Amino acid sequence: MVKSRSRRGAPKLPPFQQLLDEHGRDVLGFLIASVGPDEAEDCYQEALIAALRSYPRLDHADNLRGWLLTIAHRKAIDHHRSRARGARPAGSSDEVGGGVAVADPGIDAAEADRSLWQAVGTLPPKQRSAVMLRFSADMAYGRIGELLDCSSDAARRNVHEGLKKLRGELA
Amino acid sequence: MKNERTEMTERALAEALARGAPGDDRLTAANAALVARAEEEGLVDVAYAGVGSPYGELFLAATERGMIAVGLPNREPDTLLERIAERVSPRILEAPARLDGPRRELDAYFEGKLHDFSTPVDWSLTRGFTDRALHVVASIPYGNTLSYTEVADRAGNRRASRAAGTACATNPIPLIVPCHRVLPASGVPGNYGGGPEMKRSLLEMEGSL
Repeated sequence: MVKSRSRRGAPKLPPFQQLLDEHGRDVLGFLIASVGPDEAEDCYQEALIAALRSYPRLDHADNLRGWLLTIAHRKAIDHHRSRARGARPAGSSDEVGGGVAVADPGIDAAEADRSLWQAVGTLPPKQRSAVMLRFSADMAYGRIGELLDCSSDAARRNVHEGLKKLRGELA
Repeated sequence: MKNERTEMTERALAEALARGAPGDDRLTAANAALVARAEEEGLVDVAYAGVGSPYGELFLAATERGMIAVGLPNREPDTLLERIAERVSPRILEAPARLDGPRRELDAYFEGKLHDFSTPVDWSLTRGFTDRALHVVASIPYGNTLSYTEVADRAGNRRASRAAGTACATNPIPLIVPCHRVLPASGVPGNYGGGPEMKRSLLEMEGSL
Protein backbone atom coordinates (compact mmCIF):
# COMPACT_ATOMS: atom_id res chain seq x y z
CA MET A 1 0.00 0.00 0.00
CA VAL A 2 2.26 2.71 -1.33
CA LYS A 3 -0.52 4.63 -2.97
CA SER A 4 -0.38 8.32 -2.19
CA ARG A 5 -3.57 9.83 -0.88
CA SER A 6 -3.07 13.00 -2.84
CA ARG A 7 -5.65 13.90 -5.45
CA ARG A 8 -4.94 11.77 -8.48
CA GLY A 9 -2.46 13.33 -10.86
CA ALA A 10 -2.34 16.54 -8.89
CA PRO A 11 1.07 18.10 -8.35
CA LYS A 12 2.47 18.46 -4.84
CA LEU A 13 1.85 22.12 -4.18
CA PRO A 14 3.64 23.61 -1.18
CA PRO A 15 1.64 25.65 1.36
CA PHE A 16 0.91 29.06 -0.17
CA GLN A 17 2.65 30.73 2.76
CA GLN A 18 5.89 29.17 1.57
CA LEU A 19 5.52 30.92 -1.79
CA LEU A 20 4.89 34.18 0.00
CA ASP A 21 7.98 33.73 2.20
CA GLU A 22 10.23 32.80 -0.70
CA HIS A 23 9.01 35.11 -3.46
CA GLY A 24 6.86 37.85 -1.88
CA ARG A 25 9.68 40.35 -1.71
CA ASP A 26 10.57 39.90 -5.39
CA VAL A 27 6.95 40.18 -6.47
CA LEU A 28 6.52 43.41 -4.51
CA GLY A 29 9.85 44.71 -5.83
CA PHE A 30 8.78 43.91 -9.37
CA LEU A 31 5.50 45.79 -8.89
CA ILE A 32 7.18 48.80 -7.31
CA ALA A 33 9.36 48.76 -10.37
CA SER A 34 6.59 48.47 -12.90
CA VAL A 35 3.72 50.55 -11.45
CA GLY A 36 5.57 52.80 -9.01
CA PRO A 37 5.75 52.80 -5.20
CA ASP A 38 2.32 54.36 -4.60
CA GLU A 39 0.33 51.75 -6.47
CA ALA A 40 2.47 48.70 -5.86
CA GLU A 41 0.66 47.48 -2.73
CA ASP A 42 -2.72 47.48 -4.47
CA CYS A 43 -1.32 45.52 -7.40
CA TYR A 44 0.51 43.17 -5.02
CA GLN A 45 -2.77 42.38 -3.29
CA GLU A 46 -4.62 41.96 -6.59
CA ALA A 47 -1.92 39.67 -7.97
CA LEU A 48 -1.57 37.45 -4.91
CA ILE A 49 -5.32 37.19 -4.30
CA ALA A 50 -5.67 36.06 -7.93
CA ALA A 51 -2.83 33.58 -7.41
CA LEU A 52 -4.34 32.26 -4.17
CA ARG A 53 -7.73 31.88 -5.84
CA SER A 54 -6.46 29.66 -8.63
CA TYR A 55 -3.64 27.95 -6.70
CA PRO A 56 -5.36 24.63 -5.88
CA ARG A 57 -6.18 24.11 -9.57
CA LEU A 58 -2.63 24.70 -10.76
CA ASP A 59 -1.56 21.68 -12.82
CA HIS A 60 2.18 21.97 -12.25
CA ALA A 61 4.37 22.82 -9.29
CA ASP A 62 7.54 23.80 -11.10
CA ASN A 63 8.68 27.40 -11.39
CA LEU A 64 6.09 28.79 -8.98
CA ARG A 65 8.19 31.95 -8.79
CA GLY A 66 7.77 32.48 -12.53
CA TRP A 67 4.05 31.79 -12.19
CA LEU A 68 3.69 34.47 -9.48
CA LEU A 69 5.75 37.01 -11.41
CA THR A 70 3.72 36.36 -14.54
CA ILE A 71 0.50 37.08 -12.65
CA ALA A 72 2.08 40.23 -11.19
CA HIS A 73 3.17 41.28 -14.67
CA ARG A 74 -0.39 40.83 -15.98
CA LYS A 75 -1.81 42.87 -13.10
CA ALA A 76 0.70 45.61 -13.82
CA ILE A 77 -0.40 45.69 -17.45
CA ASP A 78 -4.09 45.83 -16.39
CA HIS A 79 -3.19 48.66 -14.10
CA HIS A 80 -1.43 50.61 -16.85
CA ARG A 81 -4.32 50.03 -19.24
CA SER A 82 -6.91 51.29 -16.80
CA ARG A 83 -4.76 54.35 -16.18
CA ALA A 84 -4.32 54.93 -19.89
CA ARG A 85 -8.12 54.86 -20.28
CA GLY A 86 -8.43 57.33 -17.43
CA ALA A 87 -10.37 54.81 -15.42
CA ARG A 88 -9.83 54.67 -11.73
CA PRO A 89 -8.03 51.52 -10.70
CA ALA A 90 -10.16 49.30 -8.52
CA GLY A 91 -9.46 49.70 -4.84
CA SER A 92 -7.80 53.07 -5.18
CA SER A 93 -9.91 56.07 -4.30
CA ASP A 94 -7.85 58.87 -5.80
CA GLU A 95 -4.62 59.73 -7.57
CA VAL A 96 -4.84 58.96 -11.25
CA GLY A 97 -2.23 60.48 -13.46
CA GLY A 98 -2.66 63.76 -11.67
CA GLY A 99 -0.61 65.32 -8.96
CA VAL A 100 -2.43 64.24 -5.83
CA ALA A 101 0.30 64.00 -3.23
CA VAL A 102 0.72 60.70 -1.46
CA ALA A 103 4.25 61.08 -0.19
CA ASP A 104 5.25 63.87 2.19
CA PRO A 105 4.84 67.16 0.36
CA GLY A 106 7.62 69.67 0.55
CA ILE A 107 10.36 67.12 0.26
CA ASP A 108 12.41 67.73 -2.85
CA ALA A 109 13.42 64.12 -3.26
CA ALA A 110 9.78 63.09 -3.17
CA GLU A 111 8.98 65.68 -5.83
CA ALA A 112 11.83 64.48 -7.98
CA ASP A 113 10.66 60.91 -7.55
CA ARG A 114 7.16 61.91 -8.53
CA SER A 115 8.26 63.47 -11.80
CA LEU A 116 10.42 60.44 -12.46
CA TRP A 117 7.54 58.03 -11.80
CA GLN A 118 5.26 60.21 -13.88
CA ALA A 119 7.74 60.03 -16.74
CA VAL A 120 8.02 56.28 -16.21
CA GLY A 121 4.23 56.14 -16.27
CA THR A 122 4.16 57.51 -19.79
CA LEU A 123 6.22 54.62 -21.18
CA PRO A 124 4.46 51.77 -22.97
CA PRO A 125 4.01 48.90 -20.47
CA LYS A 126 6.57 46.60 -21.98
CA GLN A 127 9.26 49.27 -22.06
CA ARG A 128 8.39 50.33 -18.55
CA SER A 129 8.65 46.81 -17.18
CA ALA A 130 11.86 46.21 -19.09
CA VAL A 131 13.50 49.41 -17.85
CA MET A 132 12.44 48.84 -14.28
CA LEU A 133 13.44 45.20 -14.15
CA ARG A 134 16.80 46.22 -15.52
CA PHE A 135 17.35 48.92 -12.93
CA SER A 136 15.42 47.74 -9.88
CA ALA A 137 16.25 44.09 -9.94
CA ASP A 138 19.49 44.39 -11.89
CA MET A 139 18.05 41.63 -14.01
CA ALA A 140 19.88 40.23 -17.04
CA TYR A 141 18.24 40.76 -20.45
CA GLY A 142 17.63 37.04 -20.81
CA ARG A 143 15.55 36.90 -17.64
CA ILE A 144 13.71 40.11 -18.52
CA GLY A 145 12.87 38.53 -21.86
CA GLU A 146 11.50 35.41 -20.14
CA LEU A 147 9.27 37.50 -17.96
CA LEU A 148 8.05 39.75 -20.76
CA ASP A 149 7.71 36.84 -23.14
CA CYS A 150 10.18 38.10 -25.73
CA SER A 151 13.75 37.46 -26.81
CA SER A 152 16.73 38.76 -24.91
CA ASP A 153 17.47 41.11 -27.84
CA ALA A 154 13.93 42.46 -27.74
CA ALA A 155 14.27 43.00 -23.99
CA ARG A 156 17.47 44.94 -24.60
CA ARG A 157 15.76 47.08 -27.25
CA ASN A 158 12.84 47.77 -24.88
CA VAL A 159 15.22 48.92 -22.17
CA HIS A 160 17.10 51.10 -24.64
CA GLU A 161 13.96 52.67 -26.14
CA GLY A 162 12.44 53.23 -22.70
CA LEU A 163 15.53 54.94 -21.45
CA LYS A 164 15.67 57.16 -24.50
CA LYS A 165 12.09 58.29 -23.94
CA LEU A 166 12.73 58.89 -20.24
CA ARG A 167 15.65 61.12 -21.11
CA GLY A 168 13.39 63.09 -23.41
CA GLU A 169 10.65 63.42 -20.76
CA LEU A 170 12.98 64.53 -18.01
CA ALA A 171 15.17 66.83 -20.12
CA MET B 1 26.66 65.66 -23.08
CA LYS B 2 24.30 62.91 -24.11
CA ASN B 3 26.19 60.36 -22.06
CA GLU B 4 26.15 62.55 -19.01
CA ARG B 5 22.40 62.90 -19.27
CA THR B 6 21.96 59.18 -19.67
CA GLU B 7 24.01 58.62 -16.57
CA MET B 8 21.92 61.05 -14.55
CA THR B 9 18.72 59.37 -15.55
CA GLU B 10 20.10 56.01 -14.61
CA ARG B 11 21.34 57.30 -11.29
CA ALA B 12 18.00 59.01 -10.57
CA LEU B 13 16.23 55.78 -11.45
CA ALA B 14 18.54 53.67 -9.36
CA GLU B 15 18.16 55.97 -6.34
CA ALA B 16 14.39 56.28 -6.64
CA LEU B 17 14.09 52.54 -7.01
CA ALA B 18 16.32 51.97 -4.01
CA ARG B 19 14.01 54.22 -1.97
CA GLY B 20 11.02 52.33 -3.25
CA ALA B 21 12.56 48.87 -2.81
CA PRO B 22 10.50 46.81 -0.40
CA GLY B 23 12.09 46.77 3.05
CA ASP B 24 10.98 44.35 5.75
CA ASP B 25 8.38 46.75 7.19
CA ARG B 26 6.82 47.39 3.85
CA LEU B 27 6.72 43.72 2.95
CA THR B 28 5.30 42.77 6.35
CA ALA B 29 2.57 45.41 6.00
CA ALA B 30 1.75 44.30 2.45
CA ASN B 31 1.53 40.66 3.56
CA ALA B 32 -0.64 41.50 6.58
CA ALA B 33 -3.05 43.40 4.31
CA LEU B 34 -3.02 40.48 1.89
CA VAL B 35 -3.86 37.93 4.59
CA ALA B 36 -6.68 40.13 5.91
CA ARG B 37 -8.16 40.40 2.42
CA ALA B 38 -7.72 36.69 1.77
CA GLU B 39 -9.61 35.96 5.03
CA GLU B 40 -12.38 38.37 3.99
CA GLU B 41 -12.76 36.64 0.65
CA GLY B 42 -12.75 33.19 2.20
CA LEU B 43 -9.53 32.15 0.47
CA VAL B 44 -7.66 30.93 3.54
CA ASP B 45 -8.58 27.23 3.65
CA VAL B 46 -6.09 26.61 6.45
CA ALA B 47 -4.84 29.26 8.88
CA TYR B 48 -1.87 28.56 11.12
CA ALA B 49 0.16 30.24 13.84
CA GLY B 50 2.88 29.48 16.34
CA VAL B 51 1.83 30.05 19.96
CA GLY B 52 3.80 29.94 23.18
CA SER B 53 3.20 27.31 25.87
CA PRO B 54 4.96 26.22 29.08
CA TYR B 55 6.50 23.37 27.05
CA GLY B 56 7.78 25.44 24.14
CA GLU B 57 6.22 26.76 20.97
CA LEU B 58 3.13 24.98 19.74
CA PHE B 59 1.96 25.10 16.18
CA LEU B 60 -1.79 25.45 15.57
CA ALA B 61 -3.65 24.99 12.29
CA ALA B 62 -7.38 25.40 11.71
CA THR B 63 -9.83 25.19 8.84
CA GLU B 64 -13.27 26.78 8.81
CA ARG B 65 -14.56 23.57 10.40
CA GLY B 66 -12.18 23.59 13.32
CA MET B 67 -8.75 22.64 14.60
CA ILE B 68 -7.05 20.35 12.12
CA ALA B 69 -3.57 20.08 13.62
CA VAL B 70 -1.58 20.87 16.72
CA GLY B 71 2.20 20.61 16.46
CA LEU B 72 3.93 19.78 19.74
CA PRO B 73 7.26 21.47 20.51
CA ASN B 74 9.37 18.52 19.32
CA ARG B 75 7.58 18.17 16.03
CA GLU B 76 8.55 19.69 12.70
CA PRO B 77 5.77 22.08 11.55
CA ASP B 78 6.83 22.01 7.89
CA THR B 79 6.09 18.29 7.56
CA LEU B 80 2.67 18.81 9.11
CA LEU B 81 1.93 21.72 6.75
CA GLU B 82 2.94 19.70 3.71
CA ARG B 83 0.65 16.89 4.81
CA ILE B 84 -2.22 19.36 5.16
CA ALA B 85 -1.39 20.94 1.78
CA GLU B 86 -1.58 17.54 0.12
CA ARG B 87 -4.60 16.15 1.93
CA VAL B 88 -6.77 19.21 2.49
CA SER B 89 -5.74 22.30 0.53
CA PRO B 90 -2.54 24.19 -0.34
CA ARG B 91 -4.32 27.49 0.39
CA ILE B 92 -2.49 27.74 3.69
CA LEU B 93 -1.50 31.06 5.23
CA GLU B 94 -0.05 32.19 8.52
CA ALA B 95 -3.09 33.99 9.92
CA PRO B 96 -2.77 34.15 13.72
CA ALA B 97 -6.08 35.98 14.27
CA ARG B 98 -8.05 32.86 13.32
CA LEU B 99 -6.29 30.92 16.09
CA ASP B 100 -7.04 33.43 18.88
CA GLY B 101 -9.87 31.37 20.38
CA PRO B 102 -7.97 28.07 20.57
CA ARG B 103 -4.86 29.90 21.80
CA ARG B 104 -6.81 31.42 24.72
CA GLU B 105 -8.30 28.02 25.57
CA LEU B 106 -4.90 26.37 25.55
CA ASP B 107 -3.47 29.12 27.78
CA ALA B 108 -6.29 28.54 30.27
CA TYR B 109 -5.79 24.77 30.04
CA PHE B 110 -2.08 25.05 30.87
CA GLU B 111 -2.98 27.26 33.84
CA GLY B 112 -5.30 24.51 35.07
CA LYS B 113 -8.36 26.73 34.63
CA LEU B 114 -9.96 24.98 31.68
CA HIS B 115 -10.91 21.29 31.56
CA ASP B 116 -12.98 20.97 28.38
CA PHE B 117 -12.08 22.55 25.06
CA SER B 118 -14.96 24.06 23.13
CA THR B 119 -12.77 24.41 20.02
CA PRO B 120 -14.33 22.26 17.29
CA VAL B 121 -12.20 19.63 15.58
CA ASP B 122 -11.71 19.05 11.85
CA TRP B 123 -11.07 15.31 11.42
CA SER B 124 -9.96 15.52 7.76
CA LEU B 125 -6.51 14.09 8.46
CA THR B 126 -7.66 10.85 10.08
CA ARG B 127 -9.13 7.75 8.45
CA GLY B 128 -10.42 4.31 9.34
CA PHE B 129 -9.53 2.73 12.64
CA THR B 130 -7.26 5.65 13.60
CA ASP B 131 -10.21 7.97 13.19
CA ARG B 132 -12.47 5.75 15.35
CA ALA B 133 -9.78 5.33 18.03
CA LEU B 134 -9.12 9.08 18.19
CA HIS B 135 -12.82 9.81 18.54
CA VAL B 136 -12.74 7.54 21.59
CA VAL B 137 -9.69 9.44 22.87
CA ALA B 138 -11.49 12.74 22.34
CA SER B 139 -14.20 11.58 24.75
CA ILE B 140 -11.84 10.82 27.70
CA PRO B 141 -12.64 13.48 30.32
CA TYR B 142 -10.06 15.63 32.07
CA GLY B 143 -8.47 13.76 34.96
CA ASN B 144 -9.30 10.31 33.53
CA THR B 145 -7.20 7.83 31.60
CA LEU B 146 -7.74 4.76 29.45
CA SER B 147 -5.35 1.98 28.43
CA TYR B 148 -4.57 1.34 24.77
CA THR B 149 -6.59 -1.88 24.99
CA GLU B 150 -9.62 0.00 26.35
CA VAL B 151 -9.37 2.51 23.51
CA ALA B 152 -9.13 -0.34 20.98
CA ASP B 153 -12.13 -2.04 22.56
CA ARG B 154 -14.30 1.07 22.47
CA ALA B 155 -13.20 1.71 18.88
CA GLY B 156 -14.63 -1.69 17.98
CA ASN B 157 -11.66 -4.07 18.08
CA ARG B 158 -10.35 -5.14 21.49
CA ARG B 159 -7.37 -6.92 19.94
CA ALA B 160 -6.15 -3.82 18.11
CA SER B 161 -4.32 -2.22 21.03
CA ARG B 162 -1.20 -1.74 18.90
CA ALA B 163 -3.26 0.02 16.26
CA ALA B 164 -4.68 2.18 19.05
CA GLY B 165 -1.08 3.00 20.02
CA THR B 166 -0.32 3.94 16.43
CA ALA B 167 -3.46 6.09 16.32
CA CYS B 168 -2.26 8.00 19.37
CA ALA B 169 1.27 8.29 18.03
CA THR B 170 -0.01 9.81 14.78
CA ASN B 171 -2.74 11.93 16.40
CA PRO B 172 -2.68 15.17 14.37
CA ILE B 173 -4.48 17.15 17.10
CA PRO B 174 -2.78 16.36 20.46
CA LEU B 175 -3.94 18.23 23.60
CA ILE B 176 -7.34 19.01 22.01
CA VAL B 177 -7.71 15.28 21.30
CA PRO B 178 -6.03 14.22 24.55
CA CYS B 179 -3.89 11.24 23.59
CA HIS B 180 -1.79 11.92 26.69
CA ARG B 181 -4.71 10.34 28.62
CA VAL B 182 -4.01 6.96 27.06
CA LEU B 183 -1.54 4.79 29.00
CA PRO B 184 0.16 1.43 28.57
CA ALA B 185 -1.33 -1.41 30.65
CA SER B 186 1.59 -1.12 33.10
CA GLY B 187 0.27 2.29 34.12
CA VAL B 188 3.48 4.23 33.40
CA PRO B 189 2.95 7.35 31.30
CA GLY B 190 4.84 5.99 28.28
CA ASN B 191 5.82 7.79 25.10
CA TYR B 192 4.46 11.07 23.80
CA GLY B 193 5.01 13.26 20.74
CA GLY B 194 6.09 16.13 22.97
CA GLY B 195 8.37 13.83 24.99
CA PRO B 196 7.59 11.52 27.97
CA GLU B 197 8.22 14.35 30.48
CA MET B 198 5.50 16.47 28.89
CA LYS B 199 3.03 13.58 29.13
CA ARG B 200 3.89 13.00 32.80
CA SER B 201 3.59 16.71 33.52
CA LEU B 202 0.17 17.00 31.83
CA LEU B 203 -1.13 13.95 33.72
CA GLU B 204 0.16 15.35 37.02
CA MET B 205 -1.52 18.68 36.30
CA GLU B 206 -4.78 16.85 35.61
CA GLY B 207 -4.39 14.88 38.84
CA SER B 208 -4.20 11.49 37.09
CA LEU B 209 -0.78 10.46 38.40
